[in-house]
Amino acid sequence: MSKTDFDILVIGGGPGGYVAALRAAQLGLSVGVVEAQHLGGICLNWGCIPTKALLRASEINHLLHDLDTYGFKADAVSFDFTKIVGRSRAVSKQLASGVAHLLKKAKVPVFNGYGKLDGIGPEGKRKVKLSQKDSAETTLTARHVILATGARARVLPGLEPDGKFVWSYREALVPDELPKRLLVIGSGAIGTEFASFYRNMGSDVTLVEVAPRVLPVEDEEISALAQKSFEKQGMKVFTSAKLGPLSKNATDVTVTVEAGGKTHNITVDRVISAVGIVGNVENLGLENTKITVDRTHIVTDALCRTGEAGVYAIGDVAGAPWLAHKASHEAVMCVEAIAGKTVHPIDATKIPGCTYCRPQVASVGYTEARAKEAGYKVRVGKFPLIANGKALAMGETEGLVKTVFDAQTGELLGAHMIGAEVTEMIQGYVIARSGELTEAELTETIFPHPTISESMHEAVLAAYSGALHF
Amino acid sequence: MATEVLMPALSPTMTEGAVARWLKKEGDTISAGDVLAEIETDKATMEVEAVEEGILGRILVQEGTQGVSVNTPIAILVEEGEAVPESASTAAPVKKEPEAAASEPKAASQPLAAATPPKNRVFASPLAKRVASQKNIDLTTVKGSGPNGRIVRKDVDAAAQKGAPVKGQETPEAPLSSGGHKIVPHSTMRKVIAKRLAESKSTVPHFYVSVDVELDALLALRSQLNATSPAEGPDTFKLSVNDMLVKAAAVALKRIPSVNASFTDDAMIMYDDVDISVAVSIPDGLITPIVKQADKKSLKQISQETKDLVKRARAGKLKPEEFQGGTFSISNMGMYGVKDFSAIINPPQAAILAIAAGRKLPVVKGSEIAIATVMTVTLSVDHRVVDGSTAAEWLSAFRSIVESPLSLVI
Repeated sequence: MSKTDFDILVIGGGPGGYVAALRAAQLGLSVGVVEAQHLGGICLNWGCIPTKALLRASEINHLLHDLDTYGFKADAVSFDFTKIVGRSRAVSKQLASGVAHLLKKAKVPVFNGYGKLDGIGPEGKRKVKLSQKDSAETTLTARHVILATGARARVLPGLEPDGKFVWSYREALVPDELPKRLLVIGSGAIGTEFASFYRNMGSDVTLVEVAPRVLPVEDEEISALAQKSFEKQGMKVFTSAKLGPLSKNATDVTVTVEAGGKTHNITVDRVISAVGIVGNVENLGLENTKITVDRTHIVTDALCRTGEAGVYAIGDVAGAPWLAHKASHEAVMCVEAIAGKTVHPIDATKIPGCTYCRPQVASVGYTEARAKEAGYKVRVGKFPLIANGKALAMGETEGLVKTVFDAQTGELLGAHMIGAEVTEMIQGYVIARSGELTEAELTETIFPHPTISESMHEAVLAAYSGALHF
Repeated sequence: MATEVLMPALSPTMTEGAVARWLKKEGDTISAGDVLAEIETDKATMEVEAVEEGILGRILVQEGTQGVSVNTPIAILVEEGEAVPESASTAAPVKKEPEAAASEPKAASQPLAAATPPKNRVFASPLAKRVASQKNIDLTTVKGSGPNGRIVRKDVDAAAQKGAPVKGQETPEAPLSSGGHKIVPHSTMRKVIAKRLAESKSTVPHFYVSVDVELDALLALRSQLNATSPAEGPDTFKLSVNDMLVKAAAVALKRIPSVNASFTDDAMIMYDDVDISVAVSIPDGLITPIVKQADKKSLKQISQETKDLVKRARAGKLKPEEFQGGTFSISNMGMYGVKDFSAIINPPQAAILAIAAGRKLPVVKGSEIAIATVMTVTLSVDHRVVDGSTAAEWLSAFRSIVESPLSLVI
């Protein structure tokens, strides 16, 4: 008989849940994980990781079509689309089995099934009803239950995934063949990444956004540069757009898009709906508890505690930003708080966001506009990658680094980057922001030459003494 | 085996102190009983003695460091030939390093500018430091909430909010004189004086009553008494005017005991003993050693005791119980020739007597003009404890004791 009573029971094995379990095990707590589908959650299986594998392929395809720039010549470049998708799946599988191995090594039992809060049992312990396929329901008990059930794609009426014309991210990750014409609805991180992938693989892509700009959460200047770059790559981009109903034909789909005072009739082979996500709050037994749900997300305090003592919620199900690294960080914080350690609540303005479209976008903290709204008097520094030696050498001159400082205190309020490898570099600014460095320390930091990261230094200088190379 | 020297608790209420001075250097051989360092609390300086013998391996808290919590390791004592642990946390036996490590030239890789280790190291983020300097907040008073207690910006903001002047009372920061200036950090004592006196003056309703007292009879008695002192030997004494006024105040307090009291929200505390705090100026401040049960002591006892207290006060060697407590205070500025002044009450006491200089003045006696030595004394009184008539009664009693001083010797 396997163990059924724990200090902590985690429902959901994604980047929130499995990290919570690993940290709990490190701290010597007994912990179990309930996972309905696959360890690693959306991130490893249907999100962050497989998309990066696909985007790597599309980046290679882009370079193969730009060989002449570097002095190469190759005839009849082609690809096997099934193999590209297969590689993406293999990467996910490898990582997910890695998570299973880590949990096994930490002696954390994983229950394959659905967990549901089921009241309080003896000694005030939380009961969790476990429903497993092909077996009777059983009850697990724990002093603390962490809900880490994640989120799923929001489905708008008329845009329900139909397995044929309309895709959510799931179908978009495992296409049988490359659609010739593709409509992507929504230009957040998910939408732009798919738009980038398919465009760089050769599809005709139309990107539609209801907000006035693509990547609406990013700094306006960054959004503008992204749109310009997408259009240069041959994407059609409509912002402030109004979408008419889809009319599905035998082999394709027609839709009207109103934008810029004009109505466009667009016919495509496939439609990707990337219009946000909703939290997985159903069938968790929240009904008879003090836990409150606000717009599909569980309401928690700064330490991830719900309205019900002993029940916590972390990651996507607990609200924005919907990022794996936020989930993992909350996981560690939540478990450490349970273990009685001193923890520090997360400041959302210190969580970086990365989008892996081409060119990449990465940011942390306040945009220039939001800093001004918040009442800061700002100093802004900008440095274009065209002036950076390494970017030029790599043939990746498209991009900009922008810093936003509080003019009064020198606090780095935010940093916004677009261009090659910026997702790998943003952590520099995140460290600065988390460690509360000011312009003085950043100015005195020696950045290595030649790197694209020198632009990060220059963007700081630009806000104060002036950039040296622009 | 390395042992830690901990910040001692010099009084039951002490929670932190400052390391005023190290009397031994790293590498010095220590015998049990050697004075290692001087610790400054809010008013006294005390010595830390070595309990064990050994070698002072490492000084962990540099002199001048303030706000060191009681029981914090301040130094590490090692045995001869023992490796010195880096810090208190690794004070457990350390792996013996090959000798080469010890003889390695230490400063070789250190630029000169970095040779002096920073004192009072405060762990704070650069942003917290900058905001603190902009808001003029002393970071040593801020509790850090960041990793390992590091002070972060929100701690400074919180401290600023807590200590900020009440809204509406905010005054624009007075500009500093455009000439040169230097910043002198507050000593612990200066901070305590500032805090206690500001609190007293702003929360205790003071009122002041003055009276002129003729001193001639008291001066004559003093000469007579001093003439009886043996020329030499341990029994010699020399009474000062102040000694006699301390005794006079004590006798007056016995006669009007309602002045020998303290106000609390719920009740009045009436003291049985008359313990007189005598304000003594010392470099960088003042301290009030206490002549306990002054009403019961002879002038000679008061004199000898006061001399000893003042001497030790100036050397910073008073024990806390020798300056904390007291039921009434005397501040005497007669030696500076002042005409009159009023003093701030030393809470929780109810009154303080300010004594000015005795001056020869023409006075009317009967219908004649005569010359008398007159001093003006001013009683500052907490009106919550003592009303005007009682204050006047007390002063009148004090005057009659001074002017007919025989009661000082009975």
